[in-house]
Amino acid sequence: MSGTAFRSPPVHHVGALGWLRANLFSSIANSILTVLILALLAWTIPPLLNWAIFSAVWHGTTRAACSDAAGACWPYIWQRMGQIVYGFYDFDQRWRPDIVYALGAVGLAWLVIPRAPRKGWAGIALLTLYPLVSYVLLSGGWFGLPVVSTERWGGLLLTLVVAAVGIVVSLPLGILLALGRRSELPVVRTLCIVFIEVWRGVPMITVLFIASSMLPLFLPDGLEFDKLVRALIAVALFNAAYMAEVVRAGLQALSRGQREGAAALGLGYWRATGLIVLPQALRIVLPGIVNNMISMFKDTSLVSIIGFFDLLGVIQAGSTDLEWSNPNTAVTGYLFAAAIYWAFCFSMSRYSAKLENDLAAGDRR
Amino acid sequence: MAPARHAWWRDTKWQAVLYQALVLLALAALLAWLGHNAATALARRHVASGFAFLDKTAGFGISQTLIPYSEEASYGRAMLVGLVNTLAVSAVSIVLATLIGFLVGIGRLSGNWLVAKLCTVYVETLRNIPLLLQVVFWYFGVLQALPGPRDSLKLGAWFVLNNRGVYVPELVFAAGSWIVVAALGLGLAAAFGLYRWAQATQLRTGHRPAIWWALPLLILGLPAVATVAAHVPFALSWPALAGFSYDGGLQINPEFAGLCLALSLYTAAYIAEIVRAGLLSVARGQGEAAAALGLKRSLALRLVLVPQAMRVIIPPLASEYLSLTKNSSLAIAIGYSDLVAVFAGTVLTQTGQAIEILMLTMAIYLALSLVTSLAMNLYNRAHAKEGFA
Repeated sequence: MSGTAFRSPPVHHVGALGWLRANLFSSIANSILTVLILALLAWTIPPLLNWAIFSAVWHGTTRAACSDAAGACWPYIWQRMGQIVYGFYDFDQRWRPDIVYALGAVGLAWLVIPRAPRKGWAGIALLTLYPLVSYVLLSGGWFGLPVVSTERWGGLLLTLVVAAVGIVVSLPLGILLALGRRSELPVVRTLCIVFIEVWRGVPMITVLFIASSMLPLFLPDGLEFDKLVRALIAVALFNAAYMAEVVRAGLQALSRGQREGAAALGLGYWRATGLIVLPQALRIVLPGIVNNMISMFKDTSLVSIIGFFDLLGVIQAGSTDLEWSNPNTAVTGYLFAAAIYWAFCFSMSRYSAKLENDLAAGDRR
Repeated sequence: MAPARHAWWRDTKWQAVLYQALVLLALAALLAWLGHNAATALARRHVASGFAFLDKTAGFGISQTLIPYSEEASYGRAMLVGLVNTLAVSAVSIVLATLIGFLVGIGRLSGNWLVAKLCTVYVETLRNIPLLLQVVFWYFGVLQALPGPRDSLKLGAWFVLNNRGVYVPELVFAAGSWIVVAALGLGLAAAFGLYRWAQATQLRTGHRPAIWWALPLLILGLPAVATVAAHVPFALSWPALAGFSYDGGLQINPEFAGLCLALSLYTAAYIAEIVRAGLLSVARGQGEAAAALGLKRSLALRLVLVPQAMRVIIPPLASEYLSLTKNSSLAIAIGYSDLVAVFAGTVLTQTGQAIEILMLTMAIYLALSLVTSLAMNLYNRAHAKEGFA
C-alpha cells in the first residue's frame, strides 16, 4: 500500500443520481426539456388514466349504465365481444372459428418458438393444409357442417381471414413477379414492370372499388363471385406488387455468381432459381417480408369502406348504434380496436426485428 | 467432326421467342374475353360508355371547394375540385408530417432519456395502428364530439374549436397591400443575398462579416415601413359568434382537420424512422469530429450531421410523401370531398360508369406518382454530383 490512495469511483457516474445527471440533466437545455416533458406528462397522463380506469363504467348491461359516465364505457365492449371476435357468425357454430383460431395459434407458436423441431413442415402445413382446413371449417357445406355464408363472417375473424389470404397468395405471386421483372425475356419483364408499378401507384381503396363495382362487369353472365372472394383477389393482387419489390431487393442483393455457378453445374432456370437463388434471396429479405405483412394487416381495415364488417367495421357500426350512441362509447370502441391491431402489429414488428438481428448474427461471425 | 446438332425447339433462342409469344397470346385472349364480357354487360344494363359524361351537369354540391364550383358545373369540374382537395390536404399534411417527423426522429437519438423514450413510444404506437382507424378516431371520436359553437373551446380570440371546425383569424387584404407583399419579398431576397455574401466571405477570408443585425431589419423592417407608408392596407378578420355559428376568420372544416391530423401524425412516425436511420448512417466520426471542433450539439446537427444524412433521407422521404397522398383517399370514410370521394364515390353512383371513372382516377394517381418519382430522380442526380461519397 505505498502511495496509491484508495479512491472511490467518480460520483457523477454511479447510482440513481449519477444516472439522472447523465441522462436527464446533462446540460441546462436538457434540464429545461426534461422539466417541460414531465409537466406535459403530468398534465396529460392523469386525465387519460382517469378516463380509461377511475371514472370509467365497468359493470352493467345496457346503455343506461354509461349514459352519464365521465369515462370509458367498458360494458359496451363486453356486450359486443361476440361481434368483435366472430362478426355475425351463427351463434351455435362459433366452435368452428374457435378451432381455426386455436390451430392458427398453435401453428404460429411452433414457427416462432426457437427450439421447436421440424419448422419446415410446420411452415408448409401452415401455408397449405391450414388454409384448406380453415376454409372447410368456416364456410361449411362438407362433412355435414351447415353452410355459413361469408356475409355473416366479421370482426377479428374477417380481419384475420383477409390478412391470411393476402399473405398466403401474395407471397408466391410476388416471387413470380419479382423473377419476371428480372427476366431476360423483354415481354415478360415489361408486363411485370407495368403490373407492379400500376398497383403500387394507386391507392388501395381504388383497387377495392374495382373489385366491388367493376369486376362483376368483366365476368360472363352466370359466373358470379362471392363479394368476399372479389375483395380477397383485390387485396392479394395489390399486395403481390409490394411483395414483388421486397423480393426483388433480395434477388438484387445476391451475387451474380450464384446463378452462374448453378448454370455451370448444369441446373436449368427453374432448378437454379428454386434450389440456389430463392432460398438465399428470401432469407435476406425475411424481415422485409414480415414488415410487408404488417402493413397488409393494417390495410385489411379498408375493406370496411366497401361494406364489410371486419374488426373496424364492427366497431364503426357499433358506434353509430343508437342503443349505445354516446361519444365515450365510440372512443372506447376505437381504443379497444386500436389495442387489438396494435398487439398484432407490434408483435410482428418485434419478430421482424428479432429475425433481422438473427440474420445479422450470421454475418458478424 | 461437326458439333452435335439439337432440334430447333431445344434452342434457347427459339424457346425465348416461343414463350413470349405464348404469354402475349394468352394476355390478348384474356383481354378480349374480358372486353367481350364488359361490352355485353354494359349493353344489357344500358350504361353509356365513353367520357362524354364529363361535360354533363353534376347537380350535387361539394362541401369544400377551393376553385369555383356550383351545382350547375360539370362532372369534369367536380373531378377537378376533388383533385384540388386531395392536393390541398396532402400538401398541408406533408408539411406537418415533415416537421413532426424530423423532431421525433432527432428526438429518438437525443441524449435525454425522457425525450428518447417518449419519441420511441410515439413511433411504436402510431405506426402499429391502422391509419383508417386513426382517421375515424380523430374525426368521429374527437372532432365530432367537441362542444357546439356556443360552448366552443377558445384560446383567446385567436383559436376557436367546436364541432363545426377550427377557426383562426384571417388576413383580409385591401387595395395597396401588394406594396407590403412586394416589400416582404424584396426584404427576403436582400437578406438571402446578404447571407450568401457573408457565407462566401467567410469561406474566402475566414472572417464572418457581422450582419446579424441587418437580417431582421431587412425581413421585418422593410415590410413594416411599407405598411405604414400604405396606411395599413389589410385587416384581420376575427372569428366571432353570430347566432348559432361562428362567422368571420378562416374556417377549417372538421373533415379537413381530422384527415390532416391523422395523416400527418401517422406519416410522421414513418418519417421519424427514416430520419433516424439517415442520422445513424452518418459515420460516427463525423459527430465526434464536430464535437472536437467545439460545435454545440445543435450546430453539429445543423452543419455536419443533417446535411450528410439528407442524401440517405430524401429518397425514402419522397416515397413516404407519395404514400401520404395515396392515403388521403381514406377521406371517403369521413366524408371529406377528395378525388376518390367525389369522383369514384358520388359521380360513379350518379352515372354508373364504373370503368371510365375508376380508370381515370387510377390514371390521375399514377400521374402523381410518376411526377414525384421524376422530380426525385432529378434531385438525386443533382445531389449525387455534389456529394463526395
